[in-house]
Amino acid sequence: MVSFKNVEKKYPDGTVAVDGLNLDIKPGEFVVLIGPSGCGKTTTLKMINRLEECTSGQINVNGKDIMSLNPVLLRREIGYVIQERGLMPHHTVGENIGTVPQLLGWPKDKIDKRIDELLEMAGLSIEKYKYRLPGQMSGGQQQRIGVLRALASDPEVVLMDEPFGALDPISRESLQNELLDIHKKLKKTIIFVTHDISEALKLADRIVIMRQGKIEQVDTPEEILNNPATKFVETFIGSEQLSQISPESSVEGLIEEVIYSMGLNANIRDVLEKMQDMDIKSGQVLNTKGKWCGSVYMSTLKKAKREGGLKVNEALHVNRKLFIEEANLRDAAEMLIDKEGIPIPILNASNELLGIVTENGLAKYTINKLIK
Amino acid sequence: MNNQNFIESFIDYVSKNYMRILTATGEHIYISVVALAITLVTCIPLGIYLTRNEKIAPYVIAFANIFQTIPSLALLGFLIFIFGIGNDNAICALFLYAMLPVLQNTYTGIKNVDHGTVEAARGMGMTNLQILMKVQVPLAMPVIISGVRVASVWIIGTAALAAAIGGGGLGRLIFSGLSLIRDDIILAGALPATLLALFTDFGLKKFQYYWIPEERAKRIARKLKVDYSN
Repeated sequence: MVSFKNVEKKYPDGTVAVDGLNLDIKPGEFVVLIGPSGCGKTTTLKMINRLEECTSGQINVNGKDIMSLNPVLLRREIGYVIQERGLMPHHTVGENIGTVPQLLGWPKDKIDKRIDELLEMAGLSIEKYKYRLPGQMSGGQQQRIGVLRALASDPEVVLMDEPFGALDPISRESLQNELLDIHKKLKKTIIFVTHDISEALKLADRIVIMRQGKIEQVDTPEEILNNPATKFVETFIGSEQLSQISPESSVEGLIEEVIYSMGLNANIRDVLEKMQDMDIKSGQVLNTKGKWCGSVYMSTLKKAKREGGLKVNEALHVNRKLFIEEANLRDAAEMLIDKEGIPIPILNASNELLGIVTENGLAKYTINKLIK
Repeated sequence: MNNQNFIESFIDYVSKNYMRILTATGEHIYISVVALAITLVTCIPLGIYLTRNEKIAPYVIAFANIFQTIPSLALLGFLIFIFGIGNDNAICALFLYAMLPVLQNTYTGIKNVDHGTVEAARGMGMTNLQILMKVQVPLAMPVIISGVRVASVWIIGTAALAAAIGGGGLGRLIFSGLSLIRDDIILAGALPATLLALFTDFGLKKFQYYWIPEERAKRIARKLKVDYSN
């Protein structure tokens, strides 16, 4: 159904994202691409519908060389689900599901019928959901709609780019089960990207483990677990499979994006207002070179304001931080409890801010590990 | 002059000169509408073009910004050398003034549409034009219109200066009131101009609401007679 022959993707700056990839995907197969970030799994997926173009080699979909097809028409023939924010926020759920049929020029009543049919299949009440906006629904519900949208025009191939990556464990679990049901029922060829090995083991007919643009092993979940082909595969499935929470493990997996950062000269009053708006209790202060200078907390900022302070550099906290190289979960947990859960900045050795660790993130991580 | 007298003389002036005020208002609307139309027709497409050629965007926006820094009366004066005196000159000056908010808001509005949404639209097989018309423009519309609101209020306000270079509009009343030191005539010019600006802004605000996704979903629900409440 989908085949790669010596496919290579090289970016103009010389980095090779995918290097000499050969892979044959059979009709109706559920294939999961997995590997550490930067291994080329997403690039591989996007080359199939030409959101990325391969620089050499050949990709066939349904026996046809995709480079000979019009990319826009090709994409309409292939279902596509992305991680988050993939639904059109200004279109109702029904319109979102009907996007591709509409692009294909189906008659209106046929589209309408198809939308109802899909909502029914997913067990979503038509009157309750069809005319709603995606923004009014939970993340899990939105992803469910995203999957339905990809199935709307009944494509033979569906691409999924970490579709459940941002969901809480419980919704993820139920969406995975529904996807398995759909796959059993409709026999679509599904190509699925994830970085979560347990998700791969659960869903895949075959798992493709990638590393630095190359395939390390392609096999069924059982074979990969029993006979890992390389040392890398062994550690990859091993490390991910550990379900205990070790207080000694690195905080790396917990790092979240910084929500609010400011310069040293930011005005205390503006910062306080912004924090209130965003409903957060702290922010990170960076200098003009992007190096971390300290954190500010709402409580101490308020105090500084009362005492007549003007700039945030008068109320910096510089000691509460962790360095990525040495910080482990225990440090993070102790630090979080100590200051009522105010996020901790994570720095690298040259004082650059990598992100923050939050109470919520730690809780989620723990829940995840417990459920696995 | 006490208040009683002022109101009486104002009413007296208006009742005797209502035709003059109406004509001036008509001219004012004409100048403003033409200036705004030229601004929209040029700056919205230009703003969209800039999102596709980001390298030149800062230069073009900086260029549009230059005109904001020139005092409006001086700009009108400069343009006399090109257009002579009259309404054309004023329209051109108003256009140069109103460029920045429309251009800037179109540019940032389109650019701030979530990248994931655009990528999803492309992945489903929309052409670039479809992505623009079905996704980027509708989502950027509230931001674009807020630029248009700023531009239109500026235009209506500044259009009064057209009279200074021999153009028409409510500015004529204001200027003649100034030279005769008659508050009632100044008010007869200023009041309609203010009302025009307020009404335009109000209308555009309604139009801005029209583009909010929630409102759209409610309209669809009403049209199909389905319940939209959660």
